Amino acid sequence: MELVVASSVAALTAGGVYLILRMRAFAVIVGLALLSYAVNVFIFASGRLVVNEPPILDKYGDGIYTDPLPQALVLTAIVISFGMTAVLVMIALGSYLESGDDRIDLDGPRTDAEDGAQ
Amino acid sequence: MNHWIIAPVILPAMLAPLIGFVMRHDISLARAASVTGTIFLAAISVGLLILATSGETHVYKLGDWEAPYGIVLVLDRLSALMVFLTSLLALIVLIHAIATGWDNRGRHFHALFQFQLMGICGAFLTGDVFNLFVFFEVLLIASYGLMIHSGGKARLQAGLQYVVINLAGSTLFLFALGTLYATTGTLNIAHLAVRLAEIPVEDAALVRVATMLLMIVFAVKAALFPVQFWLPGTYANAPAPVAALFAIMTKVGAYAILRVHTLAFGPEIAATEGVAGSWLFPAAIVTIAIGAVGVLGARRLMPLIAFSVVGSMGTLMIAISAFTPEATTAALYYLVHSTFAAAALFLIADLVVTRREVDGLAAMPVTQQNGLFAALFFAAAIGMAGMPPLSGFLGKLFVLDVMRDPAELPWAWTAILAGSLFTIVGFARAGSVLFWKSTATPAAVLAGDEVAAPMPPAARPMELAPSMAALALLVLLSLLAGPAAGYLERTSAQLFDRAGYVGAVLGTDLEG
Repeated sequence: MELVVASSVAALTAGGVYLILRMRAFAVIVGLALLSYAVNVFIFASGRLVVNEPPILDKYGDGIYTDPLPQALVLTAIVISFGMTAVLVMIALGSYLESGDDRIDLDGPRTDAEDGAQ
Repeated sequence: MNHWIIAPVILPAMLAPLIGFVMRHDISLARAASVTGTIFLAAISVGLLILATSGETHVYKLGDWEAPYGIVLVLDRLSALMVFLTSLLALIVLIHAIATGWDNRGRHFHALFQFQLMGICGAFLTGDVFNLFVFFEVLLIASYGLMIHSGGKARLQAGLQYVVINLAGSTLFLFALGTLYATTGTLNIAHLAVRLAEIPVEDAALVRVATMLLMIVFAVKAALFPVQFWLPGTYANAPAPVAALFAIMTKVGAYAILRVHTLAFGPEIAATEGVAGSWLFPAAIVTIAIGAVGVLGARRLMPLIAFSVVGSMGTLMIAISAFTPEATTAALYYLVHSTFAAAALFLIADLVVTRREVDGLAAMPVTQQNGLFAALFFAAAIGMAGMPPLSGFLGKLFVLDVMRDPAELPWAWTAILAGSLFTIVGFARAGSVLFWKSTATPAAVLAGDEVAAPMPPAARPMELAPSMAALALLVLLSLLAGPAAGYLERTSAQLFDRAGYVGAVLGTDLEG
């Protein structure tokens, strides 16, 4: 169980970082989405991995339970990252339509002459 | 429980959708609402400043849940000061944006502006690290909209880069919070301070990882080496009033480091002792160097100012990295100064650049009021570079004075003094090319054809007032340096009184 969760977080993170380093808008968006999945699973695991137990204490407070707080945190994180990805897609689209180029780095296509004229 | 504490968050949060939905077709209505709201925000922040002067730490429990279970807002001298700073800067920037018509060059400027204020004020007031994350996201998503306000190719490309780096930063923030929660079981800053003190040094590896991750996240916001690279592109391509407002955004990162790394990962906590400071110090030195080289190398006015902001963040971080009350006093003084100095520079540069239509550092046909713009630019540049008589000089002197640790003194003094020299040279070059060489050109232009483009109009008093107000605040800050330093001294004393903060929030003492 721990191994499965840990390796899935690792695989998602590695894929996300690799895609972000591609410096092209589409790859970066997918990479950030992968990273946000990775972090969501990671936050889930921060409350310890427990299967088939209720998220509340029993009458005496001595039974096994799942920590409910990370679930609330994950919900917030999912909503925020979803909204952010939507904004990112719109800005990337605007940038692509405006410049005809989907590069993320500013230094490549701009020449010195352009720089001076701006 | 004083309900005014949450007002700086609620007021913009209510106003922004109202402006966005109801007043979106009427710019004058939106302007009136936005200015009124910001004036009210300033009035509230003055009230909070007075409330906090007593030295008591005021706690606002959301939904009246007790501290470690519910989210708290905490008002002490530091957060009151930062909220006051934000509202003052916001008022100046807003009037400039309205007077120069920037707010009408795209849509929803005022709604986004209010959301931005909500996020910044919330980040300064919150006493919970996850809530801090949420407010960071609020201020970031508003800043994305403001950054690409009025569009254009260069701006959208720079905006995309800015969004990507900050989304990566947010992910890192969540990783840090997950690690922190896994090791301590809490995300309340005061509760963290208690829990972290109980962790023995042998088991502190994960906590140290979380400390460093959090510091990297805040360093991204504060534009600290090696994650400073987003700032020059963003600030140089953002609309100038937005860049001026962003002067407070880098300070959000500085504030977060100051708050979290003194209170939760404080100097007295064995598990994380010295982790933050030992990395911050060299990073700050390199940041100053990058800022100085950037100021010298810039070929356009806006990147030049952006790099000077990077340099000033380096100076600020040197003082913060010491994590002592004296150094924090100096850091806070420099923080207040550099916020207004950067804002003044961006606003004045905006007036100049809009009239020349290009911001390249080359001699151009002279514009009207050349002498006035030159005087304003040099005054702001003096403030930024840290020359007398403005408060930048006092601020840097203050920082130099507290960096007396023999191990750090040579590095800190060399970096700050050399960085200031480079900045002075860079600004002097920029100013003389822009304003003095330009006076020579109009004769040639006039001798040419008669149909040359008409001179851009002179700046109206309303357009000049905001930048002059920012400069006046610098003058005021140097005239009232004594009382200001006294207040900041009490502020940092309160910040380092960890037991007082924990007691106010949790109702127990630090050991309990």
